[in-house]
Amino acid sequence: MSKSIYDVAIIGGGHNGLTTACYLAKAGLKVVVVEKQSYVGGAAVSREIHPGWTYSNCSYVCSLLRPEIFRDLELSKYGLQIIPYEGSASMLDDGRYYAHYNDHDLTYRSIAQFSKKDAEAYDRFGKDVMRQCKIIKPLLKMTPPDPTSFAPKDIMGLFDFAKFFAAKDELGGLGEKEIYDTIRFWTMSVRDYLEEYFESDIVKAHLAGSAIIGTALGPYSPGSAYVLLHHYMGEVDGTVGAWGYSRGGMGSITKAMAASLEASGGEIKAGSPVNEILIKNNKSYGMVLENGDEIYANKIVSNLDVKRTFLKVVEKKELPEDFYNAVKKFKIRGSSGKLNIALDDLPIWKSIPEGDPAGTGDLHITQSIEEMEGAYDDWKDGRWSSLPYVDMCIPSINDPTMAPQGKHYMSVFVQYVPYNLADGGWTEEKRLEFGKHVMSRIGNYSTNFNDIINHAEIRTPKELEQEVGLTEGNIFQGELTMDQLMFNRPIPGYAQYKTPIKNLYMCGSSTHPGGGVMGAPGANAAREILRDLRKQINTHYI
Amino acid sequence: MNKNLSYKKPLLETPFHERTSEACYNNDWYRWAGYKIAKEYSSTELEYTSMRNTAGVIDITPMHKYDIKGIEACEFVNKLVTRDISKIQPNQIMYIIWCNEDGNVIDDGTVFCLKEDHLRIMCAERNLNWFTDTATGFNVEIKDITETIAALAFQGPLSCKILNLLNVNDIENLEPFQFNNYQINNSNVLISRTGFSGDLGYEIWCDPADALNIWDSLFKFNRDYKVLPTGMNALDMVRIEAGFIQPNADFMSAEQALRPNRMRNPYELGLSWLVDLEKNYFTGKAALKKIKKKPLNKKLVGLDIEGDKPAVGSILYDRQKKEIGIVTAAMWSPTLKSNIAIGYVNKEFMKIGSTVFAEIYHPEELEYKKIWANCKVVKKQFFNPQRRYNVPADI
Repeated sequence: MSKSIYDVAIIGGGHNGLTTACYLAKAGLKVVVVEKQSYVGGAAVSREIHPGWTYSNCSYVCSLLRPEIFRDLELSKYGLQIIPYEGSASMLDDGRYYAHYNDHDLTYRSIAQFSKKDAEAYDRFGKDVMRQCKIIKPLLKMTPPDPTSFAPKDIMGLFDFAKFFAAKDELGGLGEKEIYDTIRFWTMSVRDYLEEYFESDIVKAHLAGSAIIGTALGPYSPGSAYVLLHHYMGEVDGTVGAWGYSRGGMGSITKAMAASLEASGGEIKAGSPVNEILIKNNKSYGMVLENGDEIYANKIVSNLDVKRTFLKVVEKKELPEDFYNAVKKFKIRGSSGKLNIALDDLPIWKSIPEGDPAGTGDLHITQSIEEMEGAYDDWKDGRWSSLPYVDMCIPSINDPTMAPQGKHYMSVFVQYVPYNLADGGWTEEKRLEFGKHVMSRIGNYSTNFNDIINHAEIRTPKELEQEVGLTEGNIFQGELTMDQLMFNRPIPGYAQYKTPIKNLYMCGSSTHPGGGVMGAPGANAAREILRDLRKQINTHYI
Repeated sequence: MNKNLSYKKPLLETPFHERTSEACYNNDWYRWAGYKIAKEYSSTELEYTSMRNTAGVIDITPMHKYDIKGIEACEFVNKLVTRDISKIQPNQIMYIIWCNEDGNVIDDGTVFCLKEDHLRIMCAERNLNWFTDTATGFNVEIKDITETIAALAFQGPLSCKILNLLNVNDIENLEPFQFNNYQINNSNVLISRTGFSGDLGYEIWCDPADALNIWDSLFKFNRDYKVLPTGMNALDMVRIEAGFIQPNADFMSAEQALRPNRMRNPYELGLSWLVDLEKNYFTGKAALKKIKKKPLNKKLVGLDIEGDKPAVGSILYDRQKKEIGIVTAAMWSPTLKSNIAIGYVNKEFMKIGSTVFAEIYHPEELEYKKIWANCKVVKKQFFNPQRRYNVPADI
């Protein structure tokens, strides 16, 4: 049993925990990250669980990671490289495919095959979404102001928030119409939103995918349009809304962060699950690890989701009743599954010809928004979807490091899969049956898929919870609905990365601005902690 | 599925491609609505000169063409555009702009009256959705016929002469902004006396199957009158001289602008003559009425700039070096031997004769020379020869 002392101890080595740690170490603080697994990364990991193949076990593509963080933490120096997508496609039952490309004119012609009107409307849609992204972008970096506080910081923050909405056109603010659009976008269902632009089922279905990934909402649920926006506000080198592969898998992001942290003098204790946070007089001062080791620190930061932090690690008696109840009610529902498949060859699709760049980005299996809503209905009834929405990609086509030569790695994201099954809990048989069900759906669109499967890792929300620690396996550490965004995220009154326990902070995706491999919650939390310590650093983000 | 679509060939080729690709030995292509159009065939300077000296041939096939048919065709277009077109006659063409509800310009174009119940709008940007949305409630059918018509602009002082030599009957009596059906070397064509050069010139519209025949015919008298295929760079030069404006170059189309403050109303663009606030309801009327009552904040004007270094992308200043505008298009005009530009100036400088200053960064052997140039505000129409209007046209 050892005892050690730090300025800051961070529980959880996900991308946000590491981001917070990096900024604090850069500010000269003595920092340690404590991770229960023997490797860091949280849900941004790459592991070789089948010899020769590297899987991006959870998250699989990158867009949201803030470029300022990339730059501040010198992630390039530590091996991170993003490879932009060349296209994406949805495969149809009738043997056709609907594709988007990097080339705008080619995308226009591709959409025009289904509807000329939609091909033109796609530009209008793109422009409207970009406008909303422009509004959101500065908000990501902000600590949400407390609307009930009169502290100068909060009043200034509210003023900054309001500035985006109220400023005159000439000052770069929004016009009257854009304000209406913002409110609509944040509250509508994605189905209603897309209906305003498009007539073709497949155009709508292809675009609606972004609105249901990771969320326990259906495309008809109000609020789902925001989830689409959440997936569009990233960028690859200034191309807003673009996605790319992280070379070497998503784990390269957190590996680079870990290397950056160590270069700044920070420490990582992997394989160290935390048993409890030490609290006295409502002040946290350290933690006890499972092996009995004790770590003392002035500031404790939790990268765990808000439910796991306050229902599992902090003792209830230390918490105000209202807060505890609010945490209990926080919506964090598991709805996604993930398959990682080692392939002996490239799949031959019935529709997409080999070499078509559309086949190298994300490939969706969906026919219509109605089908996706049906998939959601199954989830509500406690079953995995009989016709799941599948978002696949084969990173090894563009990333030479993921699979042996001639072989390939396929990531398959599946929506919807419940955390609790109606007919009794998850069992090993059911997990395998679920995997088989998804693979058979994919097999319908390929002539060789069933014959080239070498190995498959099948993950239900249960595995996501057990391995990564995400409550119910929710990939966003909590639903991205209006009631849980901005100054309501995660809990009203506690949106500024602080908690009811003094010196205990939150930095995970449960906090503003939410999920995705973005790093903004981690960097924002670091800024708040530095503010409380009256320390300043000069970086691009903070 | 469209059999022509392949990821290996993202861009479309016009029916003239066999000829244009041969002539464009620079292989310098410009994207226009998904088509490959030559930016420069051989030499922009010579291509420009052919349009001012003899005639130039420009492939304008990508120009969007929308057929509007039905007994309410005229009524529909009148709701769409800011100008009163209710008196348009068959064979007549009118220059039009259309705005959104806030009175910001979406695009400009021309409307051709083929019959009382059959109009055709030609424009540079895609407008199918805007047109069909506007057409709700009207007894009209709107069809995008862009791909069914091949088109060439034939612009320059000898354009009429050469058409005449090609036995295009009575072409000299075709008036500006009129069109008619003719024959060129046995192919049926529609010829309009329109164009983007501000000079005598025509636009020839034909069946794609006849495209190469028409192209070849226009070069038939090259031994005596040298006609050149002309690229987009040269076209941009003649249109600046003519003072013609372009969406997404001189203003952002209201349908495409990401930033609301980049949109422009017709008054700011100097197009007030195209707005008829007396006519019945049209899209943007209420907003334009309000806008007209207020003084303008900025306006697109012509600039006559000292020196000979083009003010491309320049910021405009007042005497105190306060920013008061920007240049949207600039060139050295070989015809006028003047340094000209089109740009926005703030309200204090809108008056013809006002003086502003341009900061010009002129590249000179890998270094930039910073020039502070005096600019006089002038009318946008720098070049406007009489031959453009003559009927019969010069042959």
